[in-house]
Amino acid sequence: MGGQYSAQVYITLRPSVLDPAGAAVQVGLVNLGYDMVSQVRIGKYIQLTLEAPSLELAHREVDRACSQLLANPVIEDYRFDLTAS
Amino acid sequence: MEFAFCDQEIAAHRLTKDEYREILRRLGRSPNRAELGMFGVMWSEHCCYKNSRPLLGQFPTQGPRILVGPGENAGVVDLGEGLRLAFKIESHNHPSAVEPFQGAATGVGGILRDIFTMGARPIALLNSLRFGDLEDGRTRTLAAGVVAGIAHYGNCVGVPTVGGEVYFDPHYQGNPLVNVMALGLMETKEIVKSGAQGIGNPVLYVGSTTGRDGMGGASFASAELSEQSAADRPAVQVGDPFLGKALIEACLEAFQTGMVVAAQDMGAAGITCSTSEMAARGGVGIEFDLDRVPARETGMTPQEYLLSESQERMLLVVQAGKEAQIKEIFHRWGLQAVVAGRVIPDPVVRILFQGQVAAQVPTVALVEDTPVYHRQLLEQPPAYAQSAWAWCAADLPPCSAAGLGPERPWSQVLQQLLGGPNLATKQWIYRQYDHQVQNNTVLLPGGADAAVVRLRTLGQPGPHRGVAATLDGNGRLVYLDPYRGAQAAVAEAARNLSCVGAEPLAVTDNLNFGSPETPVGYWQLATACRGIATACAALGTPVTGGNVSLYNETLGPDGQPQAIYPTPVIGMVGLVEDLERLCGQGWVRKGDLVYLLGTGAPISLGGSEYLASVHHTLAGRPPAVDFARELKVQTACRGGIRQGWVASAHDCAEGGLGVALAEACISGCLGATLTISGAGRWDEVLFGEGGGRILTSVSPSHQGAWEAYLTEHLAGEWRCLGGVGGDTLTIHSQDGSTLIQVSLEDLTQAWQQGLTRYLA
Repeated sequence: MGGQYSAQVYITLRPSVLDPAGAAVQVGLVNLGYDMVSQVRIGKYIQLTLEAPSLELAHREVDRACSQLLANPVIEDYRFDLTAS
Repeated sequence: MEFAFCDQEIAAHRLTKDEYREILRRLGRSPNRAELGMFGVMWSEHCCYKNSRPLLGQFPTQGPRILVGPGENAGVVDLGEGLRLAFKIESHNHPSAVEPFQGAATGVGGILRDIFTMGARPIALLNSLRFGDLEDGRTRTLAAGVVAGIAHYGNCVGVPTVGGEVYFDPHYQGNPLVNVMALGLMETKEIVKSGAQGIGNPVLYVGSTTGRDGMGGASFASAELSEQSAADRPAVQVGDPFLGKALIEACLEAFQTGMVVAAQDMGAAGITCSTSEMAARGGVGIEFDLDRVPARETGMTPQEYLLSESQERMLLVVQAGKEAQIKEIFHRWGLQAVVAGRVIPDPVVRILFQGQVAAQVPTVALVEDTPVYHRQLLEQPPAYAQSAWAWCAADLPPCSAAGLGPERPWSQVLQQLLGGPNLATKQWIYRQYDHQVQNNTVLLPGGADAAVVRLRTLGQPGPHRGVAATLDGNGRLVYLDPYRGAQAAVAEAARNLSCVGAEPLAVTDNLNFGSPETPVGYWQLATACRGIATACAALGTPVTGGNVSLYNETLGPDGQPQAIYPTPVIGMVGLVEDLERLCGQGWVRKGDLVYLLGTGAPISLGGSEYLASVHHTLAGRPPAVDFARELKVQTACRGGIRQGWVASAHDCAEGGLGVALAEACISGCLGATLTISGAGRWDEVLFGEGGGRILTSVSPSHQGAWEAYLTEHLAGEWRCLGGVGGDTLTIHSQDGSTLIQVSLEDLTQAWQQGLTRYLA
């Protein structure tokens, strides 16, 4: 049963990878008084709308898109939520 | 013998069984996991040169201007008037193949650390790049990523990227070369060395935090690339150029105090390499406590601490009692600084972790008498070379003064050459680099044969002086004949410096080769090293250090390793005595006379760009380098520039005389009308390559003085070809027929679209 799906993709740096921007933001927050913040990791959030014959196939396509283009698997992890819309 | 580790674990550290037996013998016991990891990285080619050390020993390393030769973090030459220049080249080929942006960026960060570790402020960067065929999408992604990565780090850290070179060839498919060279001016009175001194002196860890990034990068860098490399991906480090900039300033400030006894950057093999090399060079030991190291991840094991290649970290040995003052400097720059160890009398590296000794290895066992492989050199050149040398120009289809048959006039062939990615303008690349930050760049990329940076001497009157730098290495020529090809690279580097008016001083070299374990691979490496050694001796430019990158191979579809072209990249620096007397490569004035110096130099189509890109043939043998002529031509060129006679000078390199003339027209936005003579095939006359030739232009008002000078110093080796002017490049043969006639506009268009056709 085909239909339209929407995917919410979350891309984050892999745990071992240094995040210079995150580190800079953490220092900024502490300087503003948020000294309870001990770590900041910055990622990306991407919304996709797609047509697919089934939820399963939609899942497969989004997964492929993530590993090929949306995320850089060398330094980033990704996960996504997929719902029929 | 029973091993404490299984074969796979030993192999995972890229050690052979024989090497493991040697470790057992040296320790008198089995190593633990952390110690095995330390041996794995320290005995990698990247750190101990186990395949290349016997070959590097033949390089000339002494000279009146050489202050620091090979063995330290960078070479240092004396520029006179109290100025000292530190410079070095380094490769980041394997990391860039896996993650082009961060791989190239951390390559820049790494070479800058080598420079400021010596107490020098980085003043310029250059890079030498090799990629596969641009028709392939993966190559375009790699090239775009590498260039963006270099631009990112260099631009953010505030060091200008002033020059370099790039070639595209299918032999680099999947294994790009990313070599980065940095220059720096010494700011401290004493050159900061890396040998630890003073028993009891504290050892400071400064800079960034330690994470699991870049685990085992050094041994990774010494292995062939395969599909498996994708799974090795955590080995990629991420650099932080802003932190790198803070580290430069903090280190230079700390060195100025005179309280820092020794310094070493943490590059390949991180804490392992820096502690053991500092201890070994000082003839002492270092005790180092991993619990003091600022970590950004939890649950790290000793082995992970020891092998991490997190960027922007340094190790300093500081005078006892001064640690608080040094720490204060680093804290002021927002950097980590902790006392993590001390210098001890026993010559061992002792690593503490959670109150226990996690590793204890004699420094001698780790860094001295490391394995060396003397391999058997082929007695005869391998079959591929012999068959290439059997080729001769007569094997090509016949040609005439009109061209390659009626359909292919030489004008069209010239435009095809200029429009190929190897000869086309590299503007797409260098426009992404900030080449003017620090405001000292005198000759910008693209306008001259070498880059020139002003040596700013504050408050000093008199003519301003400058330093020139260039990178050269034609892998195709080295593949065809490693000895002549390597010599040609050194000669071309010196010629490029001479073309801007600089006196060549010294060399840093980056040897990019395939596996030395194959007979052909070792023959290429050994023969090229002999070529570099003889060329550097002949030209009086000692080698002050460099980098060796072996196992540059990819597994082909048939599962066989395919080596890259053997590619020694020669980085050369030169001194410009007067910045008022400099030369670019483009014509300067209408009416100037065009002279070719080195008219007797042998040229050949063997290995030429013309043969490769027009006839798709990889064959022939580059001509032998005639160093006597090379020196005479270069000296004459520099003399003419210093006298103020020579207005432009350009090396005849890839594409031969025809392309050199076209480039001078394009750069100067001026045409020229010339007459050339030649015996033999016209394609050889127009596009044949070989060293020892420089194209110059001179104002008619200096004609008499210049020609008298040439007659005295370069008798029989020069000719006036014609004059600058008009809006076409017109080349006649001596009997009056027209070989080439192309409008400046068409030339420029072909040249400008060569790269942007692929990269936009």
